[in-house]
Order: sequence, then structure tokens, then C-alpha cells
Amino acid sequence: MTLFDSLAIAWTALRSNLLRSILTTLGIIIGVASVIILVSVGSGARVEVEKQIASLGSNMLVVFSGSSRGMGGRSAGAGTDLPIAEGDVAAIRDKVQGVIAISGQLNGSGPVVNGNTNWTTTLSGVHPDFATVRDWPVRAGRDFTPQDIRASAKVVILGQTAVKQLFQDEDPIGATIRVKSAPFQVIGVLAPKGQSAMGRDQDDVALIPMTTARGYIVGKSQVQSDQVGQLYIKFDNSTDLKDAQEQIETLLRQRRRIQPGAEDNFNVRNLAETMKARTEVLSTMTYLLAATSVISLIVGGIGIMNIMLVSVTERTREIGLRLAVGARQRDIMRQFLVEAVTLCLIGGLIGIALGVGAAAIVANAADWPVVISPAVIALAMAAAAGTGIVFGYFPARRASGLNPIEALRSE
Amino acid sequence: MNSVAAIIEASQVSAPVAPQSAAPALIRASGVSKIYRMGDQTVRALDDVSLEIAKGDFVAIMGASGSGKSTMMNLIGALDRPTTGHLAIDGRDIATMSSDELADLRNGTIGFVFQQFNLLPRTPALNQVILPLLYAHPRPDDLEARAHHRLEQVGLGKRTDHLPSQLSGGQQQRVAIARALINNPKILLADEPTGALDTKTSEEIMKLFGELNAEGITVIIVTHEPDIADFARRKLVFRDGKIIDDTERAPLKAATAAKDRVL
Repeated sequence: MTLFDSLAIAWTALRSNLLRSILTTLGIIIGVASVIILVSVGSGARVEVEKQIASLGSNMLVVFSGSSRGMGGRSAGAGTDLPIAEGDVAAIRDKVQGVIAISGQLNGSGPVVNGNTNWTTTLSGVHPDFATVRDWPVRAGRDFTPQDIRASAKVVILGQTAVKQLFQDEDPIGATIRVKSAPFQVIGVLAPKGQSAMGRDQDDVALIPMTTARGYIVGKSQVQSDQVGQLYIKFDNSTDLKDAQEQIETLLRQRRRIQPGAEDNFNVRNLAETMKARTEVLSTMTYLLAATSVISLIVGGIGIMNIMLVSVTERTREIGLRLAVGARQRDIMRQFLVEAVTLCLIGGLIGIALGVGAAAIVANAADWPVVISPAVIALAMAAAAGTGIVFGYFPARRASGLNPIEALRSE
Repeated sequence: MNSVAAIIEASQVSAPVAPQSAAPALIRASGVSKIYRMGDQTVRALDDVSLEIAKGDFVAIMGASGSGKSTMMNLIGALDRPTTGHLAIDGRDIATMSSDELADLRNGTIGFVFQQFNLLPRTPALNQVILPLLYAHPRPDDLEARAHHRLEQVGLGKRTDHLPSQLSGGQQQRVAIARALINNPKILLADEPTGALDTKTSEEIMKLFGELNAEGITVIIVTHEPDIADFARRKLVFRDGKIIDDTERAPLKAATAAKDRVL
């Protein structure tokens, strides 16, 4: 008996009980479909977070003022405490080991005008290291120079979105635009960066020298003369970020004269670590949910086993005949195993189609990133086939163990 | 084939002649007992039966229900093994054979015909006939050609794609006989083959068995109808697990049909 013969027999048997076969595979269909949906949506979310981690820049710590720890019931929010200042930047660069680039980012917002085109964007005052720290190169034109900072030059580097809004297809390099009414020269355009972890469009930005931002743009009254906003620090690859974080904390506590035992009025964060932790929670959730859909596969498998047992009972006479005309026990065993696996694989295929379809709908309707990997589809098919073998084994064994005389005599 | 035909004809002309003396025994039972356990009772379905059936013979096994005739048939059909004693089919003792070897013996040496035909539902006649070949070792290549040939032999050459539901009882039994013949068996074993058929059809089926026997196949029929047994050359009567009568003579019926074919 060849595998093809077994398949042909299985197909005939399944087709002759079409409705029953379809109902039986429902459990498998639902199980496989939910595995595919959950894993696809889950890994889509993970890929998205990983992209965001990469867009932050690698080997980087962020320092911002204020306490977010909320101890004692009081938290005024980040940035309301003593700001991070130029002195802190210099001290960290000089005293903390492994620093290769450091830049503040002082944020505000305001209108940017090119001719008749008006666009409100994020204005960020930065140091010349900014591009290096954030792994965010200037794609066209030039970067800021220390000279730009010293002179509070009225020059601007635009993000992709700002360029698109203000210049459409024109070449922006060298053009003069008005930033908060003052004329600025566009010296460069940033490479695209994409969304931030919070979903903000990071490319909608206009970078200006830190000194220009402080003195002019952000508004003098709110700004202490040497504040730098939040501080991004990039370290070389051999630096242990935990170590670096402790060094910075110690240094800043000294500089800010914080008493031992008192709370920090600043934060040093490894954003990539925080996000990684979030990703791990996400993956754990995905796998937990996928595990529950495995339960659906098991329930489906029990359904398969049930219907195969019914089938064996119904076809006892047929089995008796096959044994009488020379089928070996393993021929009968294989026939029923093939039938169970065929049933499960058909369910698996339908489940994959439904799962992929539903994942695509989620991707479209909810604008949720979805990754449908061939590995997941292969895994789902293997799970379906495995279910067929595991739950088909007992009925197949029972069929192959029938006594031919009694089987022939049964009604 | 000629020599077998000659033997058959000789036995018909100078009946009664013991076929054993003219041909080697195809089936040889010596001291065969079959004991079933039902709860704490033991049932002795066959009690020390010894028997020889020659190649080319046409045997009817008779007896009331519970006489042991079905048990004997199951043993001859290699569907079961004796509790004690030896039963050799085509020279091999089935008591010592594995279940795979028994399956191969059923596949290649024995053709079964049943009272209820036992055709597969929703399966065309040609595929019904092919079925035993699917389990053959080695498997032949010309499955369909062989099945066609056998269906023609039983007079159904034009109904190869008919389903059982589209065939009369007699035609269904002919399909079953073609299926039994497909692997060129030495023994055709029929269990009440006419039990579900009317008298006229029964006679046609029995004539077909007579023709096949004339071609050399050993035919063994289990029946409780004396009319049917009259087609056979040898009659074995079972009662309480023993053979109580073993008569050999020229068959009363079908001799003409068989003779026409042979001559």
C-alpha cells in the first residue's frame, strides 16, 4: 500500500462525510488561525519597538532634570527642577570615562516660514555632537560647527518632514527661511528617522545651535542662561553603561550639592534598556496568548480523535474486509493515521488562510504593524500535522488491532 | 491447466474417486482444536479435526449454526490460528506464522467471497476488484488491466465504473468474486455466497464457481443449504465441532457447465 493509496482512501472517506469532516476540523482551524494572528501581531509589535530602540541611538544615556520617582507624594514633573546646564555638560565630558559624544536638546516649538509656506514644527537647540549621539546623520549640506555655537549663528538643519512641508521638491540648502520671524539660513537636511517610541514624527523638526535657541528662540524669560534641556551622551563600545550611569549620578549629586540620603533632582536613563524591558513583556504576552491557542489545538485534537473513533466503529466491516484481502495491521494503522493527519492539515490550511487574512485586516484597520513570517506558518502546519498524529494514533491503533473475524461479522 | 482439467474430467467420469490420491493436499488439518473462552466457560468450537483437501477440489462445508463450520472456515481462511493441532495451507503451518505472514497468505493464496458481498460503499467496481492488489507484496503494475480481465471473466466487463448501489445483488456478488480472483488465488473460500440471493441468481453464481473450479481453483463453500452443496464434489458435514460426514461424488449440478468449459 503506497502513501498515495492511503491518501486516496482518506480523501474518499472524508469527502463522503463532508459536513462532519468540516465541523471536526473547526477546532484545528481556530487553533491554527489564532496562533498565526497572535504571533504575527505580537512579532510585528516587537519589530516596531526594536526599530524605535535603534532610532534612539546605541550606547547612549539620557540625563534630564527633575524627579520622576514620585516619593513623598510630590512630583512636579521632569524639567521643573534645577535644569541641566552647560557646566554639567563640560563636567561629564571631562570626568566620566568613555564619552565619545555629548549633546543637549532644548525643545520648543514655533512657526517656520518659507515664502508663502507656513509650518509649525519642533525647534530644538542642539550641540554639534547631536548627529553623532543620536546616530542621525546630516544627509545633505553640513552639520553645525563649534563656531556656529559660539556665535549663536542663525543657521538651521531641517528634518525630512519639515523639508517636505516647506520646500516640496526645491533644494532647501542655502535658502533663507524665517524661524519665529527671524531669518535663518538652511545649512543641512537630516536623514529620515521615523516615529519615536511615543508615536511622534521625529522628522518634523528644525535643529538650531544650542546658544541660538537659548538666547533667542525658546523665550528668554523661561530659560536659565546656560541650560541645555535634556542631555544625550554616547559612549564607546567598551563602556559599561551601568558604570557610566553611576559615575554621572555621583558627579551630578556633587555638582548639585545633594545631601547623602536626599533624593536626586535629575534622572539618568538608559532608554534602550527600558524599551527592551517593554519588548520582553510584549513577547511574553504574545507567547502566553499563543500558548492559549495551543489549548484550542488540543481541544481540536480531541475532536479529531473522537470522530476518528466513530469512523473506526462505523467502518469496522470495511476494516475486516481489508484485513481479509491481505492488509497488514500497519496498512490499516497508516490508513487511519493518514486520514487524521489529512483532516488536520486541511484544517491547518484553512486556519492559515483565516489567520493570515485576519492579521492583514488588523494591520490595515488598526494600523498595527504585523509580521507574517514563513516560520510561523510552517510551525502552524507542523502543529496541525502533529495534532493529527498524536490524536489519530489511538483510533488508528484500535482499527489496526481489530480481530478480522469479529470485524467482518459486525453490522 | 491441461493436467488439472484432465484430473477433473477423470474424476467426473470415474466418480467417486478420492481427489487426494490424484493431487497433493492443499489444505491439511491434523488434530485441530479451537477453544473459545467465554467468561468461565470454555467452548470447544472444533474438537480434534483432521482433514485433507486436495488441490482442484470443490468442497461444501455444511452444518447447523454452532457446528464449527464457520470456525473451520476462519482457520482455512488464515483469519485465525488453531488452539492446538496443525493446519497447513499450501504447505505452511499457520500456527507458526506471524500476523503479517498470515495477511500475505490471505492476500496471495486465498480469495474470500462473503454472504453480504462486503463491497466498499461509493467505490466503482474496478476499484473494488483492485483492492487486494494494493496490499500485495510486491505490488503489480498493471492493476487496472488485471481488474478489467477479472470483471470480464465474471461477465461484468461493461460495468467497471458502476457503484455497488447501481448493481443488482447477483452483479455485486460477481464483483466480489472478481475481487477474490484478482491475485490468482489457489483457494476460493466462500461463506454462504448465495445467502442473500434469489434462487435463480444463486444458481448462476454457483455455476460460476463450477466454471472457476474447472479451471483449477480449489473452491470451498460454507453453506447450510443442501441445494447449494449439491454443486460441490465433496460434502463435509460438521456437528459439535467434529466432522460427522465426508462424502465424495460427482457433482449433481453444474457438471455440464463445467464440462462445456473444459471441453
